[in-house]
Amino acid sequence: MTQITSLSLFELIKNIKEKKISSNEVSKSFIDRSEKSKKLNAYVTENFENCLKLSKEFDNKPNFDLKLPGIPIAVKDLFCTNEVRTTAGSNILNNFVPSYESTVTQNIWNEGGILLGKLNCDEFAMGSSNETSFFGNVQNPIAKDLVPGGSSGGSSSALAANLTPVTIGTDTGGSIRQPASFTGTVGLKPTYGSCSRYGIVAFASSLDQAGPMSKDVKDSSILLEVISSFDKKDSTSIDYKRNNYSSDLTRNIKGIKIGIPKEYRVDGMPDEIESLWKKGIEYAKDCGAEIIDISLPHTSYALPTYYIVAPAEASSNLARYDGVKYGLRSYGESLIDMYEKTRSEGFGEEVKRRIMIGTYVLSSGYYDAYYLKAQKVRQLIKQDFDQAYNKVDAILTPSTPSSAFKIGEKSNDPVSMYLNDIFTVPVNLAGLPGISIPAGTDKNNYPLGLQIIGKPFDEQTVLNIAYSMEEKINYKNNITDWWME
Amino acid sequence: MDGIMSKKNLEYLIERNDNIYEVVIGLEVHAQVTSNSKLFSSSSTKFGAEPNTQVSLVDAAFPGMLPVINEYCVKQAIKTGIGLKAKINNKSVFDRKNYFYADLPQGYQISQYKYPIVGEGNVILDMPEGQKQVGIERLHLEQDAGKSIHDVDPSNTLVDLNRSGVALMEIVSKPDLRSPDEVNAYIKKLRSIMRYLGTCDGNMQEGSLRADVNVSVRIKGSTDLGTRCEIKNVNSIKFMQMAIIYEANRQVDLIEKGEEIDQETRLFDTKKNETRSMRSKEDAHDYRYFPDPDLLPLEITDEFIDKLKSEIPELPDDKKKRFIDEFKISPYEATILVSDIDTAKYFEEVVAKMGKNRDMKLAVNWITGELFAVLNNKSIEIAESPISAKNLAKLINLIKNGTISGKIAKTIFELMLDGDKDPQIIVEEKGLKQQSDPKALEALIDKIINDNREKAIEYKQGKEKLFGFFVGQAMKVSGGKANPQLINEILKKKL
Repeated sequence: MTQITSLSLFELIKNIKEKKISSNEVSKSFIDRSEKSKKLNAYVTENFENCLKLSKEFDNKPNFDLKLPGIPIAVKDLFCTNEVRTTAGSNILNNFVPSYESTVTQNIWNEGGILLGKLNCDEFAMGSSNETSFFGNVQNPIAKDLVPGGSSGGSSSALAANLTPVTIGTDTGGSIRQPASFTGTVGLKPTYGSCSRYGIVAFASSLDQAGPMSKDVKDSSILLEVISSFDKKDSTSIDYKRNNYSSDLTRNIKGIKIGIPKEYRVDGMPDEIESLWKKGIEYAKDCGAEIIDISLPHTSYALPTYYIVAPAEASSNLARYDGVKYGLRSYGESLIDMYEKTRSEGFGEEVKRRIMIGTYVLSSGYYDAYYLKAQKVRQLIKQDFDQAYNKVDAILTPSTPSSAFKIGEKSNDPVSMYLNDIFTVPVNLAGLPGISIPAGTDKNNYPLGLQIIGKPFDEQTVLNIAYSMEEKINYKNNITDWWME
Repeated sequence: MDGIMSKKNLEYLIERNDNIYEVVIGLEVHAQVTSNSKLFSSSSTKFGAEPNTQVSLVDAAFPGMLPVINEYCVKQAIKTGIGLKAKINNKSVFDRKNYFYADLPQGYQISQYKYPIVGEGNVILDMPEGQKQVGIERLHLEQDAGKSIHDVDPSNTLVDLNRSGVALMEIVSKPDLRSPDEVNAYIKKLRSIMRYLGTCDGNMQEGSLRADVNVSVRIKGSTDLGTRCEIKNVNSIKFMQMAIIYEANRQVDLIEKGEEIDQETRLFDTKKNETRSMRSKEDAHDYRYFPDPDLLPLEITDEFIDKLKSEIPELPDDKKKRFIDEFKISPYEATILVSDIDTAKYFEEVVAKMGKNRDMKLAVNWITGELFAVLNNKSIEIAESPISAKNLAKLINLIKNGTISGKIAKTIFELMLDGDKDPQIIVEEKGLKQQSDPKALEALIDKIINDNREKAIEYKQGKEKLFGFFVGQAMKVSGGKANPQLINEILKKKL
């Protein structure tokens, strides 16, 4: 039998249900491998002992009707987990242990999942390389000193390195899809309102959305089915009929219309991305899809719009980290002094940069020129998609403008870093579902991903197209376990 | 009691060196919404709990916590808007008002900025010289902050978050008020309307009603507005009036000296009776308002508004009109009776219990006279009146039907205070029934005339003043129970 840790979620569930392996064995395998993989720095907080205990409890009293029967799962450290430290990758929450559970993780535990640990991420999910984390860089298992993407970099690394069978990330501007693309894995950002934001440390409230990350499309469909739910505790959660994404999953996409937006052919895009996209189009055709050229005319405004809206919301969302109630408090001579020292020491450079940008664009005298204008452009971007969806069922684009880069390569060049999000950001601004699937490699053999964007609430079509193309692409990561002694 | 304007409300003007200034006042009233739970969380709003015992994770702004609007508070705000004859907006938006303070856990207050739930309306003030309409600019919903306590620990500020997240209605008036008396009448009228509606208890001691007072002055007759100062967070009508008087005079003095008035935020020091600068316009916070992305815009249908309209009780203005029409009482009396919902209720109950042969004059006089005096003395509200409306109505009826005299009634009223005793029973037990039997009274008077023969002769000779003496004797001999009208008639006959 193949190693337990290289099995897909679907296979693990099958084996557990058929009593071929126990939850405890599965947990042990992932923990063993995680222990040997500390060099990746994927975990911020391990929950191994508790995981073993809970897996035994599961095995003693198994319930195979659950969707994730005794499956150990590590999650991004942006999800608040009851009695398990939650840091959001920040010094300011270094010591923070919630007394409550996020709805998304609770949904996982309700279906039999067991918390394996909390995974590294960019500080407050602000970053595209996991380099802004207070807890250090994360290695991409694809190659040494390569970033795993971000902000869900610990998640993508742990997943690609088989430290967790699946994981969940959050995606504000690409933070699930870009790291998935960089690690040869699958990452889905659902429609805004699909997964509750309750208990997720907020970055930009109108953009944040949790989603599954997995080794293949089927696993994402299983996990989406578990985590997507209407939640009264989140006023932006939407009450709609959700599919049984895994059982409704099909490779039959005959006649589905897939749009190719010409505006995504950006200047300076590497040839290999261009040719990957072309290959993707061919795969889609092979699957029976009809390819239609479309236009999303406001695409070029998406990135600047995003870098106004997201920092604006973040500057306000992060105001609560003030040293008064929880988290880090530095000593100060006065309240203001305490604030300044706490926030200076508690936040990293990128977070401070975005707080300043956000504060600036909301300032009186600048609000209309920046924030209000950005909101208007955001509407136009939404309308672009609405119009496109009159003609097509989904849209195919590259996930990122390049493959994974080296640690440190872009950390002093924020603008070049921000360009990573160029293909993913419009999807967040429009609140649409989007998935990244591995589709090939570049000249260094680093993975490259393709993105499929769907209509609002139509995760099923996105998954079906991805599922179908995945079979044709037949991508396999080549991971050598180089980080183990 | 509420609503009594005893002194004549002359125009409030300030004179300096031949210049006559008028004062222009606008109020931002913060009224706590009557609701068991907070605006965006289910924590209790009960007053007086131990510090930090009514705080949810949302109120303390823990990571990942999200606000969820309390529909009841929205209904309360709409009802208040209807009571202010204001436009209810079908769409309103919650914004974040960003600033740092220790008792503001989120680092922002959720409020409504550009699109409030309630738009323009008005309030009618009953001033001694007539009615005055005061415009309402808007009403919006917002969260209260917590409380910073600076005087318990010598080296630390303590924070109590029980109030954090409690729903407030900010009611902004137009700059239509011109005197401390009008401010008094305005606050009382607002409070009266909200108490009728059950949307705010108006309890100023508990901080349920506070106001920021905007004051400016201008030469009487001018239509331009002067530079205003905002006096923050004044929590009693008396202090508002004192602050206005101080501030208006301060501004006039500055103008007279040829100095500029700075637009600034000021604090009223209740001990020194003066306002002082808190921050200037240059130091004003940039609150960086923007729509709260955690909350959807509030959409309210016309059907929803209509349904709430149908639940609105009779409000003070309408009640006053009805009292005048139906009970034939004076506008002045009606104003007093309707100003407080419980007084109005009490009055109407007395009227109902008096039955067919009711005497409105007596009812009004006894409530606003004897009863109010007792309530004032005991510092209690009419809802806690020691004498029930039922028994007061009985007492009035006993006077009306001649069983007792007005004088005896006062004695009985005193006795009723102890345990809300039935006046009928007191009359019987104490034998206080008025003597109205003409034969018995004639015998009594015959005896008095007999005993005072000389005075009777003097009276007959023209010393008419002595009539009073005989009445007094009759009352004295009867122990005050003799029917004074009959005594008069019989005496006239016999003398």
